[in-house]
Amino acid sequence: MQWMDKEPDFKEMSIRPAALNAEALLKSMTGPLAQRLKNVGGEEPVMIGIQTGGVWVAERLHEALQIALPLGHLNIAFYRDDFSRIGMHPRVTPSRLPFDVEDRHIILVDDVLYTGRTIRAAMNEIFDYGRPAGISLAVLVERSGRELPIQADVAGTSLTLHENEQVKLAGPAPLQLEIKQAK
Amino acid sequence: MTAVKNIQLNRQGRLQHFLSTEGLPRQLLLDILDYAESFTGVGVRAVKKVPLLRGKTIVNLFFETSTRTRTTFELAAKRLSADVLNINIAAASTSKGESLLDTLRTLEAMHCDMFVVRHANSGAAHFIAAHVAPHISVINAGDGRHAHPTQAMLDMLTIRRHKKDFAPLRVAIVGDILHSRVARSEIHALNTLGVGEVRVIAAKTLLPKDIESLGVHVFYELKAGLKDVDVVIMLRLQRERMQGALLPSEQEYFANYGLSEARLAVAKDDAIVMHPGPINRGIEIDSQVADGSRSVILQQVSHGIAIRMAVMAMIIGSRSDNAQAAP
Repeated sequence: MQWMDKEPDFKEMSIRPAALNAEALLKSMTGPLAQRLKNVGGEEPVMIGIQTGGVWVAERLHEALQIALPLGHLNIAFYRDDFSRIGMHPRVTPSRLPFDVEDRHIILVDDVLYTGRTIRAAMNEIFDYGRPAGISLAVLVERSGRELPIQADVAGTSLTLHENEQVKLAGPAPLQLEIKQAK
Repeated sequence: MTAVKNIQLNRQGRLQHFLSTEGLPRQLLLDILDYAESFTGVGVRAVKKVPLLRGKTIVNLFFETSTRTRTTFELAAKRLSADVLNINIAAASTSKGESLLDTLRTLEAMHCDMFVVRHANSGAAHFIAAHVAPHISVINAGDGRHAHPTQAMLDMLTIRRHKKDFAPLRVAIVGDILHSRVARSEIHALNTLGVGEVRVIAAKTLLPKDIESLGVHVFYELKAGLKDVDVVIMLRLQRERMQGALLPSEQEYFANYGLSEARLAVAKDDAIVMHPGPINRGIEIDSQVADGSRSVILQQVSHGIAIRMAVMAMIIGSRSDNAQAAP
């Protein structure tokens, strides 16, 4: 880590670990998630990953928690609140929820929780499929910068970052987290 | 027709109006198919609606009657959460200028975002696109004998769903090519997408004179034309557009150009049969074929909704490029 060799810059407000180990974060999430599922009880839970990074994380958690029903994929492109400003991304892989969401507890998984707008869009889309009993949010990284009253129920780690910093997850194998300066 | 090309795309090269498949880049046609593919899932959900075009107003401006096309455009717009206005204007008045422009100004004053235009005169949609206020986009839902681009694209989607690759395909369009805007739009789309061979099969009287210049092989005989084809697109015999003695009796037409199971035997084993509808059973196509295992006619209808959703969403989405400029 090069920056550690230099004098720390105290004007830099970011609080972040020396390295983000995606595997370790994933491992740390399974215990709390299992506990949460025990608490909510009810019918068999289902898991939904938000494309693209959220699906990678969800695939791992889905396996670790041994959830019986297949993993759902959500593409929120049709629910984005900035469509009229930035248009649509071509080649959208459609959402696929291979189960009935009605009255089920859903674990919604994303890689990074930032403004909260993606999660809002995802919940809007889920409700167009039916009325779930409840939704828990699990993210690998929750970072500062929320614009909506949304928080994670289980997070691998919490980071305070500058506006111009960006957390990127590369994957699917191996999963690697990186903090970059936004362009 | 370069004018058509320019007016359809905005400065960033994205879709502003959809008037014709002619002159559009291959990638844009593929984008339409990809978008449509992602919209096909919406129709089978509990809530058949996505909020993409919430707050937008789309006007179905039909100067010529149509049930199928208007309904699918309406459904497409509603599934995108747009508000839809259906206006059927008597076919009597032609696009001579004044009255049509007055209609346009009135609708512009209602702050509509998109016109879906069907008109009996070739070039009508283009005329309207050239004269509307800049914040309004136009989709051609069929103009005279000229173009019906969304129909062509839904056929392309249907073909792509059954055949992996466009390049090795042999596609035959059979029937009344002369009066068919569908055939023209299909030929342009098939060639742009790189289909190996496009054939047209019809009697001389039902073929435009310059048809070869569009890049097709002409066959006057059904049997020779259908040999080894992968896709058969039957056209409706447009009796309402025919003047004079272009064809003999309907029985004789069926005898020469009607598609029956026996005739289809020369095509490839996995050939699919398409028809834009409405079908004239027993005139251009036998019921056995229309309802048979190789017919994909009803799939075409559901693909039509997805294609129209895709085109509408792309157009409204590409407007974000000049959002600042729009009033």
